[in-house]
Amino acid sequence: MTAPRQPVDFTDVQGLVRFGHSHLPSSVFHLLWVKDASAARAWLGSAPVTSAVSEGGRPEQVLQVAFSAAGLLALGLEEGTVGGFSAAFTAGMAGDSNRSRRLGDTGPNDPGQWRWGGVEAGVPHVLLMLYATQARIVSWQEDLFNASFAQAFEHRFALPGGLGDGREHFGFMDGISQPALDWQGESPPGGHWRDAYTHRLAAGDILLGYVNEYGLYTDRPLLDPARQPAAAVLPPAAEQPQFRDLGRNGSYLVLRQLRQDVPAFWQCLDRAAGGDPARREQLAQAMVGRKRDGEPLLQAADRNAFTYDSDPAGQCCPLGAHVRRANPRTGDFPPGTSGPFKRLLRTLGLGSPSGRDDLIASTRFHRLLRRGRVYGDTIDLARALLETPGDADGDDERGLLFVCLGADIARQFEFVQNAWLNSAKFAALRDESDPLLGNRQPLPGALHSDQFSLPRAGAPAQRIAGLPQFVQVRGGEYFFLPGLRALKFIAGSER
Amino acid sequence: MTPQATVMIAAPVSSGRESQLVALLASMNRHPGEADPANSSVPFGQFCQLHMARFSVLHARTNDDIRAHGVRPRPWQPTLVFIADIDGDPDLFLAELCVRAGHGLRQIFSHCRDFDASCDDLLAWLHQRKQRPAASYVNWRGRTVQQIHEEAALVHFVRQQLGAVAAPGQVPPEPRALHRQLRRAMLAELADLRLRLSPPAPTPAGWWLGNLCHLLLIPLLGLLLLPVLVLLAPFYLWRLRHLERTDPENTRPPAPSHLQALLAVEDFEVTNHFNVFGQVKPGLLRLATIKAGLLLLDYSARHIYHRGYLTRIRTIHFARWVLMDGNTRVYFASNYDGSADTYMDDFINKVAWGLNLVFSNGVGYPRTRFLLKGGAEYEAKYKHTLRRNQLPSACWYKAYPGLTAVDLDNHHRIRRGLENPAPSERELREWVSLL
Ligand code: HEM
Repeated sequence: MTAPRQPVDFTDVQGLVRFGHSHLPSSVFHLLWVKDASAARAWLGSAPVTSAVSEGGRPEQVLQVAFSAAGLLALGLEEGTVGGFSAAFTAGMAGDSNRSRRLGDTGPNDPGQWRWGGVEAGVPHVLLMLYATQARIVSWQEDLFNASFAQAFEHRFALPGGLGDGREHFGFMDGISQPALDWQGESPPGGHWRDAYTHRLAAGDILLGYVNEYGLYTDRPLLDPARQPAAAVLPPAAEQPQFRDLGRNGSYLVLRQLRQDVPAFWQCLDRAAGGDPARREQLAQAMVGRKRDGEPLLQAADRNAFTYDSDPAGQCCPLGAHVRRANPRTGDFPPGTSGPFKRLLRTLGLGSPSGRDDLIASTRFHRLLRRGRVYGDTIDLARALLETPGDADGDDERGLLFVCLGADIARQFEFVQNAWLNSAKFAALRDESDPLLGNRQPLPGALHSDQFSLPRAGAPAQRIAGLPQFVQVRGGEYFFLPGLRALKFIAGSER
Repeated sequence: MTPQATVMIAAPVSSGRESQLVALLASMNRHPGEADPANSSVPFGQFCQLHMARFSVLHARTNDDIRAHGVRPRPWQPTLVFIADIDGDPDLFLAELCVRAGHGLRQIFSHCRDFDASCDDLLAWLHQRKQRPAASYVNWRGRTVQQIHEEAALVHFVRQQLGAVAAPGQVPPEPRALHRQLRRAMLAELADLRLRLSPPAPTPAGWWLGNLCHLLLIPLLGLLLLPVLVLLAPFYLWRLRHLERTDPENTRPPAPSHLQALLAVEDFEVTNHFNVFGQVKPGLLRLATIKAGLLLLDYSARHIYHRGYLTRIRTIHFARWVLMDGNTRVYFASNYDGSADTYMDDFINKVAWGLNLVFSNGVGYPRTRFLLKGGAEYEAKYKHTLRRNQLPSACWYKAYPGLTAVDLDNHHRIRRGLENPAPSERELREWVSLL
């Protein structure tokens, strides 16, 4: 399963895959519906989409573009072509109730109540992501949205966002931990043997058309240029060069608008802490799994150089903390599996000293590259302790425009959301789901999911019960962020 | 110790009556695919020895795949299967089933080809249609439904008692004092019959003897056959490698509508149910290999993997592998915690080799190398193959909603800790962490 070394071609990759564009504090994500397909294609064909090339300094304005499955069809791609993308993408985030159950999009998160996306509001076709300085963003938007744009698209939602000084609305430093992509294709993919956790990730786990952590290629539409001559603009497929690769240098983009109820968060913790500010802070840190300034809760050489191997019971960083659920930093084997004999034993399931190993899957198959932005006005702690929870709605609401990239929506975003964040059974826990994100819906058998536990040495875990919902899903969809040549193909696709 | 057993009944559905049957089975559900425990046809909840059960209709959806081997597919009549995982004697269970749910079962099985409405001996009819699995797995042998319910009630009680101790800001008592206090409370509840912790029933002597014979005889047989096997090995390997290189794969993704039908019955519970029904590749070598693989699997499940894990997987409650239709088809049915995607990822990342050993003898499976390598390691191909050959359950039941296999294990450990009047320091620490 060894594949040739394949450096990523940055000229064909949208900038967002490589950069968070954090030098540009203002952003607006536009959700568009195609009104006139040929006008839309024409506009897209000449849109100044930013690549991942870094020479010549960072751009002063950035445009990225992505499409939902419905959008690709609306633009005239053949159904067979769109069907070559993954099942999750073609079905869409709110496409069926089973997916909603798995993602925790039930109760107040139900897609029927979303502001955009979902069944009622309809699936947006095109996602335009604009990044610029605050001074520039408005005028640039005016330049872009010219007459032909107005003819091509119906524009229904604009989601402005910002960097929030690097902090999300609960007040914690965000965007610290990311997978380190192997852009040059240097390290051989792990295949089935990589014992220990590392931040390093095969490019093919984010970008389509490259080798992933399994040493394999993820499914994506491969087109036959003999049948579709327009496909000649696309790069050839690495593993089947007779085909052209619509996916290559592209990625799936997951967008979720997550409203944060900051007063509910801090007031709940204040009550649990009996009004003691130091306790309150401690509980909040435990829920996130980092301190407010981003410092981890266990000894680490630097902010991101640690695993949880030294803290198996979660006494330093609770097992259920958001960052530990989102990235448990596990390897393929439990810690301490060295040598072929031990490995063989472990493979057979024998020789597990604690009997508690293997509860959490190996992390490297479930990484996300996060590219989110915050939206809405920030609110400081003092005000959050006073305001009525649930009040910030509509224009006043605040939260996270969660964005993540990956090559396999089901194995990455959906897995993390379902098996790790949303699961009441993660790491043999009970009665709790992600302390920040949980929808607090009860489980079958009248079991709770609205608690949070902080394990203690030599004592039962400390437990906070009856957590209200802090984060509510307001919209979401799966998009395809194409490579630049693929964008040319899409812009030129006439049915 | 009460050993667990699995019962499976299979009967072909009369032509033209399947949609009625499916509607009837659906009427027993409270969620798509999930039974109402108190439904009037088969009130599963009344059977105190029943862990899990299901009705599924087996379709040979991928029957044509075998044409790639140059073989004409055998005809297959859609077949209704009923599966139950139970404590104790399967014959007793079937008899009880006929008494308590005779009317409902008659109604259900009257959709089957050879069911005569006037048939007055339902029990005999069922017995004639029993299918023995070639291999079966039980997460924890000896853990009865009664024990599960008793331990869940105990843990519920303990956690209520604990409420105040676990609140933030409280200084927890010393573990030994806590143990003493909870033990005292438990004993009081037991004395007042508000809680029950039944001692394990004696192991049936016949079962014990049979198990011992199985433990010894299979390796003995292997030993006796060893010289022949060694002689055959080079030829076997040569032929196997040839087949592995040439056997056609079928790793196309499932049709969206089929995937949808599978998804529609998943993830209502923390436990899900899985049916895979495929064909065995033609030829003696494949048949011998799958039989040997299943024998090995059954042996290890019986004698090694009956204490909470199957190799590295801790999420499977019950599983069985059944050879059907004159050994030309294989049916796999399991109950596992988590979503289908997590289940498949576990397969791929932890036991690809074990799956390959058995399922690479199934038509369409991704290419293997030396029986153990490759195959399920081809992540996407494997997922497609599995999903294509998967079938939804029509009506599935579980006796302990919301609880995973790991939960059940934790409950039992909490109980054992409390039953121990003087645990060691180490035992005490471990016990406290489970509360
Ligand atoms: C409003 C919602 C959310 C808030 C407030 C939030 C907050 C945070 C914070 C403060 C961190 C620590 C910073 C860091 O380690 O980089 C973090 C990390 C992370 N979050 Fe979230 N998050 C939210 C939603 C999500 C969602 C929906 C997902 C995925 C489905 C997610 C996945 C992650 C991941 C993968 C990490 C990195 C963990 C690591 O690598 O150690 N987050 N989040």
